[in-house]
Amino acid sequence: MAKIVIDPVTRIEGHLKIEVVVEGGKVKDTRSSGMLFRGLEIILRGRDPRDAQRYTQRICGVCPTSHSTAATLNLDSAFGIADKIPDNGRVMRNLILGAAHIADHILHFYHLAALDYVDVTKVLKYEGNNPVLNSVKAFAERGELGPFVPRYEGDYRLSDAANIEALAHYVKALEMRRKGQEMLSLFGGKIPHDCSIVPGGVTEVPTVDKIASFLWRLNELRDFIDQVYLPDVLMVAEAYSDYFQIGAGCGNLLSYGSFDLDGKNADLTSRERLMKQGTTSKDLNLGKLDTNKITEQVKHSWYEDLTSDRHPASGETRPDTKKKTAYSWIKSPRYEGKVYEVGPLARVMVTYASGHPTVKTLVDSTLSRFKASPKAMFSVLGRHAARALYTKLLADSMPAWLLQLKPGEPAYIDYEIPEASTGMGLVDGARGALGHWIEVKDKKIANYQCVVPSTWNLSPRDDKEQPGPVEQALIGTKVKDENNPFEIVRIVRSFDPCIACAVHLITPRGSTLGQFRVS
Amino acid sequence: MPRAKSEEYPLIWFAASACTGCSVSALNSVSPTIKNVLIDEVIPGKHINLRYHATIMAGQGDAVIEEMEQTSENRKGGYILVVEGAIPTAAKGIYGVLGEKEGKPIPMVSRLEHLSQNALAIIAVGTCAAFGGIAAGAPNPSGCIGVDQFLKQRNISVPLVNIPGCPPHPDWFVGTVAGILLKGLPKPEELDEHKRPKAFYGKLIHENCPRRAYFEEGKFAKKFGQPGCLNELGCKGPVTYADCPLRLWNHGTNWCIGAGGSCIGCVEPGFPDLLAPFYQKLTDDALPNVGQEKQKGGLD
Repeated sequence: MAKIVIDPVTRIEGHLKIEVVVEGGKVKDTRSSGMLFRGLEIILRGRDPRDAQRYTQRICGVCPTSHSTAATLNLDSAFGIADKIPDNGRVMRNLILGAAHIADHILHFYHLAALDYVDVTKVLKYEGNNPVLNSVKAFAERGELGPFVPRYEGDYRLSDAANIEALAHYVKALEMRRKGQEMLSLFGGKIPHDCSIVPGGVTEVPTVDKIASFLWRLNELRDFIDQVYLPDVLMVAEAYSDYFQIGAGCGNLLSYGSFDLDGKNADLTSRERLMKQGTTSKDLNLGKLDTNKITEQVKHSWYEDLTSDRHPASGETRPDTKKKTAYSWIKSPRYEGKVYEVGPLARVMVTYASGHPTVKTLVDSTLSRFKASPKAMFSVLGRHAARALYTKLLADSMPAWLLQLKPGEPAYIDYEIPEASTGMGLVDGARGALGHWIEVKDKKIANYQCVVPSTWNLSPRDDKEQPGPVEQALIGTKVKDENNPFEIVRIVRSFDPCIACAVHLITPRGSTLGQFRVS
Repeated sequence: MPRAKSEEYPLIWFAASACTGCSVSALNSVSPTIKNVLIDEVIPGKHINLRYHATIMAGQGDAVIEEMEQTSENRKGGYILVVEGAIPTAAKGIYGVLGEKEGKPIPMVSRLEHLSQNALAIIAVGTCAAFGGIAAGAPNPSGCIGVDQFLKQRNISVPLVNIPGCPPHPDWFVGTVAGILLKGLPKPEELDEHKRPKAFYGKLIHENCPRRAYFEEGKFAKKFGQPGCLNELGCKGPVTYADCPLRLWNHGTNWCIGAGGSCIGCVEPGFPDLLAPFYQKLTDDALPNVGQEKQKGGLD
């Protein structure tokens, strides 16, 4: 029996530690422990409700727009204007969030995940005329390979030529994700931490020059997605095809949906969205989203047991640091008492299960290359493929949205902050289902609760001892080389963990540490 | 091809109580690009050697911690330390730990103590690292403080430059690094009393705001999306020192006030508590609290 400790896990947002117990070459046990306590929810109490949009973005600088969107939907609903947002505002919000997701997913594949599959040191063998590759070769020849080494050694399977091409794409992707953020800024004001999405709509007004500028950055990104990002995901999938069988996880998927196609329905659980709301599992039946089925359990988290199994709207954060059964600051969100994974895989497969023709074509044609069934999507490679296919679907949907903008017409309506009210904001952020809940009293925030994607995915065991999604994805995995446990980091990174989100929210103190602990 | 030996500047990027937004903003640098900064000779004959950055480095676990520790030991007085995020000091720093020794987690405060003492200079990137920022918002349960206060508490004397902003503009960070490579550490007179480079933080937003004429004419936007000065919608431009109106953000595409969204004063030492509520008009009472102190240092 061997214990593997990885601390910190890098190339994710935040600090993460993983410990796994390996017995007979397989992961026997693992535990996911968030070890922080910063407390944006507590900091928010007593503040002007409108400020929640600005504060909650600062939970995470990688996915701030997911939070500004959820916070704003939450405030729209608390202020009674969820069905009154002008179309210009609704469409600009979609474009801002869409730009964020495109930039974020390109960043995840190339800059966070790819170094587990691509051997960049092969650039030393490069003999061509590409100035970018020659500059990286000159860098490598200096002999200081930080930040590319140290690293795990061994299981790099691409040819020299494929490694070198992927490195060129890594550099190109830096530029493309930056352009995604520039596109966002056209309507969002700036990024990270946008300023224009507010309750009532958007503060920016659409103008023809901004529309054109957005469109042509988008066109460049669409070319990159089609010509580079998707082919690279397939190239990696071909070389590492065993990862269609690794890291399956819990098998249940939950999506809140995203990108409002209709602003007149105040009910976010049934509003028409590009990505659909609901649940599915390996049977690919679609379940209707019912947020009343969400509870947060705390048996293995450092909170008083009496706060367990509550709906987030009535959730409480009462720390109990001495609790013997606890090993995490992260609570365990559950749906109908069951473990659910969230993220691009969830929103793609829920939309697939809803019968969306484009999504079905995208998923089925990808799987047919590998002679695989939809069940193969429940895997490390399935998550990467879903992220890339979703990015394509989204980017291809955005030009039509741009043309719906009407320069000269309003993007914002005014409102009164009510004396007392409650609200709920639901959106599928880049990393999955993101929910914000608010209670307003005396025009101030009385309670603010967020249940974020990485809390679902990195949650510890629940009241019924069911391990969380990442824990389930790790348990049973074969580890070939305990000194270079590629399998572990490839599985964890396929979820695109955001530890700042997972722990800063739930907990009112501390810094950015997540831990996986072994019992 | 023979090449002249390039002068190396090792750099450790340490994230404490951070959201990674400052790192993401640095990735948005346009000219030089982040690739130019990390891979190329960003100044002819001189290059950055990034030894530690948890969000982008290939390795993980003990190997990268060792890399960080060895840089600190072997390059004493020879590396730039960049800190992102506030420093959680409550309860002996147990709320922020990184890596472990003999099964015991190492608090970030003790790592930062060692890294600071051995550094050539420290750049505090972002308002959290500079002043505590969002992480230190009331009631600040984890006891978050900025680097300056941290160094003072521990009597550590190392040159410090603050590059606040939530996040800072990439030019402010890259420009400061390039300046160090070109002509050494900034001279005291090049910084304001909050250790911010005057080149970037020397003028009030309000002073250079394209909506300033509306202010002079008394034309104020009453709701978002209208032309006019945003003062009545809570804009903090009149008490905030940064060159956003001239520099613009994200390759010049836009900026907060440009998008009709108000400035929230994210570069100021009082952010967020002295600047909030963000959408409430600055009162005469609020102005001295935030503005008076700034006016000593910013304008000259």
